[in-house]
Amino acid sequence: MIGLGKRTPIAPLEYTRRLWMRAWVGLVLFFLYAPLITLVAFSFNDSRRNIVWRGFTFKYYEKALNNDSLMEALVNSITIAALATAVSVVLGALAAVMLWRFRFPMKAAAEGAMALPIVVPEICMGVAMLVFFAKIGFPTDLPWPFNLGAITIAHITFCFPFVTMVVRSRLASFNREEEEAAKDLGANEWQAFRDVLLPHMKPGLVAGALLAFTLSLDDFVITFFTSGPNTVTFPVKVYSMVRFSVTPEVNAASAMVIALTVILTTITLKMQSRMGTIAQGH
Amino acid sequence: MEDKQPIISIRNVSKRFGQVAAVDNVSLNIMPGEFFVLLGPSGCGKTTLLRMIAGFEIPTEGQILIDGQDMAKVPPNKRPVNMVFQSYAVFPHMSVADNVGYGLKIAGVGKAERESRVAEALELVKLDGFGTRKPNQLSGGQRQRVALARSLVMRPKVLLLDEPLSALDAKLRAQMQFELADLQDHVGITFITVTHDQDEALSMAGRIAVMNKGDIAQLATPSDLYEFPANRFVADFVGSVNLFEGRLTLDEPDRAAVDCPGLGKVYLNHGVTGPHGADVWVAIRPEKIYLHVPGAGKAIRGAAEDAPEGHNFARGQIKGMSYLGDITLYDIRLESGAMLRVSRPNLSRRDQEDFTWDDRVSMHWRADSAVVLLN
Repeated sequence: MIGLGKRTPIAPLEYTRRLWMRAWVGLVLFFLYAPLITLVAFSFNDSRRNIVWRGFTFKYYEKALNNDSLMEALVNSITIAALATAVSVVLGALAAVMLWRFRFPMKAAAEGAMALPIVVPEICMGVAMLVFFAKIGFPTDLPWPFNLGAITIAHITFCFPFVTMVVRSRLASFNREEEEAAKDLGANEWQAFRDVLLPHMKPGLVAGALLAFTLSLDDFVITFFTSGPNTVTFPVKVYSMVRFSVTPEVNAASAMVIALTVILTTITLKMQSRMGTIAQGH
Repeated sequence: MEDKQPIISIRNVSKRFGQVAAVDNVSLNIMPGEFFVLLGPSGCGKTTLLRMIAGFEIPTEGQILIDGQDMAKVPPNKRPVNMVFQSYAVFPHMSVADNVGYGLKIAGVGKAERESRVAEALELVKLDGFGTRKPNQLSGGQRQRVALARSLVMRPKVLLLDEPLSALDAKLRAQMQFELADLQDHVGITFITVTHDQDEALSMAGRIAVMNKGDIAQLATPSDLYEFPANRFVADFVGSVNLFEGRLTLDEPDRAAVDCPGLGKVYLNHGVTGPHGADVWVAIRPEKIYLHVPGAGKAIRGAAEDAPEGHNFARGQIKGMSYLGDITLYDIRLESGAMLRVSRPNLSRRDQEDFTWDDRVSMHWRADSAVVLLN
């Protein structure tokens, strides 16, 4: 029928065939992706300036990869993100299980306090962290990677509530009879947790980890306040480079970080969908 | 059976949630090899009682003994009982074989023995060949069999089943009732089932405890429960029943009479041993009442009251009918204005045409059909 070129009338719910809807979607996609595409495209631009296209080159990638301070910042960022993610996932998952499982006095207050880092403006968090670390005299002259301690702690503080949130919503769909069944079959508290609850939490843990990793990797404000002179992270470094001029070198470095995030996200989503089909058991 | 030691002994057990007593001073002995059913409406405490046996709830008062051992300090994972949960609680991330083998793995049973016992259990519930499947590839009935196999493989002393058939459709439920009874017969394990479905209870149970508001209303075999209910709650909850309030006017060892304002005088051919002149209730099952066209009985038998000798008798008018295929239910308004429900099997394909709305009919029932209830 389509081959004959005869068009059926647009059905009420076929929004994708309406012109205004297509135009709207097009606009949204344009504003979402045009900046990113420009950034990546101009990382290949053979020009000192980022305005006119002068031909294709890889030289700014080479330059970025040979820029020791930029690479150091990138390594710092990834190290902090990895550490912060690992700790946040454990801490966040434990907090989620506690809030889901137990009833205790001041539970509502505890929940509210846990969500505080999510709602407090980053600038306030940053200043608070700065004052806090100065007040307790947190050492600033430690060798790598211990000099990243302050930033990592700050990142854990704002990352783990997100993990808690994601894991908790996952826990809400847990059938508690499964845990009782495990105990009924002889499992103790720990075995029941390991064999039944943990597998159920897994998609939430993976999603939480991804969230924590990206949040930590691109955080600027809080990091800016907690980083010392020798602990520059990638976003802070890019900011300082951009203050002089936006060179294709910055583009190249950003493009590499984008590639890294896309790859990581793809892997997690693949894992998620696989686990999702398994978890739909009931 | 009496000389055996009970496998489960519940002694004066109460469970209170705040001020509410979910289970109120219940004592019960369950014998080895029994198919025991706890029957009652939702909220009667039957599931709480079952969960106390499994160890998921701690009794507020009283004692539970399993095989002679006090279970007060024994956690669920150390009790010699296993439970089939209402939601089946099959582990979704494990294969069928891993589900069934889970308890054995925890118990440290070696791989070879585990595999053979899992295969044996799956065969028992007719799931052989399903071992590698994931629960989301199974139907509800199959998932329940997995839950059954997972418990049976542990060779428990007692198997607890919480509303095992409630999630299945009617046909499958009827089939599983037979299969469960068969299975119990085959493995010889004591089964304790909780259900709110009286058909389920009557068809499977050896003995039934009917529970109401945390208390046991009656403990009896299925037929005793149905034919000799101990009180109005049991008579009404198990099966359907016509209940009439009345006054005991005659009570001798071989006969009794109850004067009911709604039904007239009801004669019984046995004594009631209730206080004379007491307020009592007469209960008659709908299927125990014969229905016929007025005058028919007289023509055939020549009986004075249009009913066989020794039968009770009533007249009325059909005010409602519901055709259920195998039987038809008639709601009949008696001359007193009270309503009486009568069921009648559709013995021939034209039976249901015999009576219709507004027909005047005669009814009679045997002198031993009615049950007199004191409370």
